[in-house]
Amino acid sequence: MRDLSLHILDIMQNSTAAQAGLIRATLLAKPETGMLDVIIEDDGSGMDEKLLAVVTDPFTTTRTTRKVGLGIPLFKASAERSGGSFEIKSHRGAGTVVRAEFEITNIDRPPLGDLAGVITDMAAAWPGADIQLILEDGGARFEFSSREAAGILGGVPLSEFAVVKWLREYIYDGIKEIFGGVLNEIDS
Amino acid sequence: MKSIAELEAIRNKTLDEIKMRKNKDGIRVVVGMATCGIAAGARPVMNAFVEELGKRQLRDVSVTMTGCIGVCRLEPIVEVFDAAGSKVTYVKMTAEKAARVVTEHIVNGRVCTDLTIGTALNEG
Repeated sequence: MRDLSLHILDIMQNSTAAQAGLIRATLLAKPETGMLDVIIEDDGSGMDEKLLAVVTDPFTTTRTTRKVGLGIPLFKASAERSGGSFEIKSHRGAGTVVRAEFEITNIDRPPLGDLAGVITDMAAAWPGADIQLILEDGGARFEFSSREAAGILGGVPLSEFAVVKWLREYIYDGIKEIFGGVLNEIDS
Repeated sequence: MKSIAELEAIRNKTLDEIKMRKNKDGIRVVVGMATCGIAAGARPVMNAFVEELGKRQLRDVSVTMTGCIGVCRLEPIVEVFDAAGSKVTYVKMTAEKAARVVTEHIVNGRVCTDLTIGTALNEG
């Protein structure tokens, strides 16, 4: 994967497969340790202990049409080669939390990528789920919820072009606001 | 900084227009967006579809994503469903090819046969 937004999109797709009603991506920059937490959590069907134990193995997948599942292993590898760590917590019926930690200044840390586009497209493609994005850096915080946006839009779908365009800019502004800074460290 | 409440203005602007096209069954563009698709570049392909369709104001066409379509080696894969539900599968897509599919297939109704899965499989 070329950037963090693609990893996030990939892991969020797992949440949709688990019939999640809430899918939340949180990016938490911790200036005191120089680390960035990328957390994807959902309230989907979750995994039992047996599946959880093997889920980071690339030869594990719930699909029946092929034998490999690379989404989680790639995310894990990406975090670990960036001086970070990876963990996944899940319970049957209680959802899943995937947490990858990256060293912000590590040369192997992927850039942020088009996170605004990813979140907007997810919101448009899964109108039945609440797609949330939370960004935090020091004291600054940005929050987005597709359910909130859908509430304001009434009968206008999240997939409407004018809406997609506006949401992209709105979330992009949020990213700039929180991570922009002078050095724009996260997005590079 | 923008406020989420600004969406209300968009709502008021587009609501009437949506009602007018409510009964019209449109074309559906579905982009494979699993690990294989994403790694092969499905994101720029999807962006190109959204942009091209938006540019031409083709409002009856929807763009959405799905999981793995099953032929990972031919990703990025895009399926185009017409109003009757029949499907054309395009493989090894790029942003440039997406623009072509919009003009030739979606606007003019001519399937880009050279980009379809049938052609790719015959060529091996």
